[in-house]
Amino acid sequence: MLTDADINAIRLSLKLGATTTLFTLLLGSPLAWWLSRGDTFFRRLIGSVVTMPLVLPPTVLGFYLLVTLGPLGPVGKAFKALGIPTLPFTFSGLVAASVICSMPFVVQPLQNAFEALGERPLEAAATLGANALDAFLTVIMPQARPAFLTAAVMSFAHAIGEFGVVLMIGGNIPNVTRVLSMQIYVYVENMEYGRAHVLAGGLMAFAVLTMMAIQLLNPRRKVKRRADQGPNP
Amino acid sequence: MKKLCLALLVAFSLSFGLSAQADEFQVAVAANFTKPAEEIAKLFEAKTGHKAVLSFGSTGNFYSQIKQEAPFAVFLAADSATPQKLEAENLIKPNSRFTYAKGALALWSKRPRYVDDKGDVLKKNQFEKLAVADPKLAPYGKAAYEVLAKLGLDKTLESKIVTGNNITQTFQFAESGNAQIAFIAWSQVCKDGKLTEGSVWNVPSDLYSPILQDLVILKPGQDSAAAQAFADYVKTDPDARKVILSYGYELEEVDAPMKKAS
Repeated sequence: MLTDADINAIRLSLKLGATTTLFTLLLGSPLAWWLSRGDTFFRRLIGSVVTMPLVLPPTVLGFYLLVTLGPLGPVGKAFKALGIPTLPFTFSGLVAASVICSMPFVVQPLQNAFEALGERPLEAAATLGANALDAFLTVIMPQARPAFLTAAVMSFAHAIGEFGVVLMIGGNIPNVTRVLSMQIYVYVENMEYGRAHVLAGGLMAFAVLTMMAIQLLNPRRKVKRRADQGPNP
Repeated sequence: MKKLCLALLVAFSLSFGLSAQADEFQVAVAANFTKPAEEIAKLFEAKTGHKAVLSFGSTGNFYSQIKQEAPFAVFLAADSATPQKLEAENLIKPNSRFTYAKGALALWSKRPRYVDDKGDVLKKNQFEKLAVADPKLAPYGKAAYEVLAKLGLDKTLESKIVTGNNITQTFQFAESGNAQIAFIAWSQVCKDGKLTEGSVWNVPSDLYSPILQDLVILKPGQDSAAAQAFADYVKTDPDARKVILSYGYELEEVDAPMKKAS
């Protein structure tokens, strides 16, 4: 039912999803934390810039990334000067683009969760002698666990589903950048609707499962909300 | 550190050696030429051993990517304007550009016997929607508007036209029945020279300027013998040409001296 090309595309998509999730969490957590710790103009500006991928049409964003990361763009030029190959048309390029696209899906839930936590748990941790990192790992992380879960799943799901940006940055090269969404595109352009349906159906099943997973793995939502409302005992 | 450098060097030379041996090269193919390109690449590999790795996308996207030094050795565009632009910008191997296929415009409906073989369905004007590709983006869209203008129907039908982003989307409008008729590429509904489904009017080619699709060898393929062999294969090999014809395209030389596309 699946051709070798399909399996390669699925493998690439899963790899892209996993890598993207890892990087968005690593970069997005401190960013969301910083954004949640104050309300200045600069923070709002950065917050808006992070949200940009939600507003920009994917092909537009893809085009700008292509130009910026390409050999003639500022980032590409810097890469070239350092002797690093430029990112477009490589898997690393896909990851870079995908991380940018998925970032709002990580930063938004985390920032909300961090804001909802308030200062109190940290102050309590500080009086008990925990340093900042310690407090983040042992107090904030467990309390914001549902948000981290949502962030991870959304980031992964979005990386799998993204099309416009990865087509532009990746160049649809078999076994290198031809991910699942592009494989479906090729089938549709080819008018091989049967094969396209198989992959699209699988993708839809995946989407439903992912969303179910978020809800099943997040049973503590209600508890958390109650905890937010009342003062600490 | 030294060890690492050495290991990297070995890995690099190994991968380089391997890729040179396999003689693989990357080809950017306009999405509407997907199927014939796949067949041609297969025949080419069987004959020469060289492997053309195909990427599919829109001609406009490929143009942006090629300007950013995309690794494509050969480019089969869906038009002639984009390869010409690349040629003017010195981004191709000199003199490598040629027309590999000519597109034929068709007026199509999913309903059998709905479109007559003279296109009178347009004049009868009983349909609700006519799908046409964006004339600014798609050569088939431009050709369709030329036909409507020649028939003097462009004003009457204006309000019934729905615009597809490209020829695939235009086809999907009609395929899904949302538009009763559509101007599409004959290649989309043609298999082995015959109509696959629905009803069609093969628009006479004197009603629109030729839809030329050009091939160019790009900078990354400049010194590749395999890329040149592939271009020659597409241009001259009878098997390749048979494939192109069987998908409803025409070939340059077959027709009378071409009109100048404006």
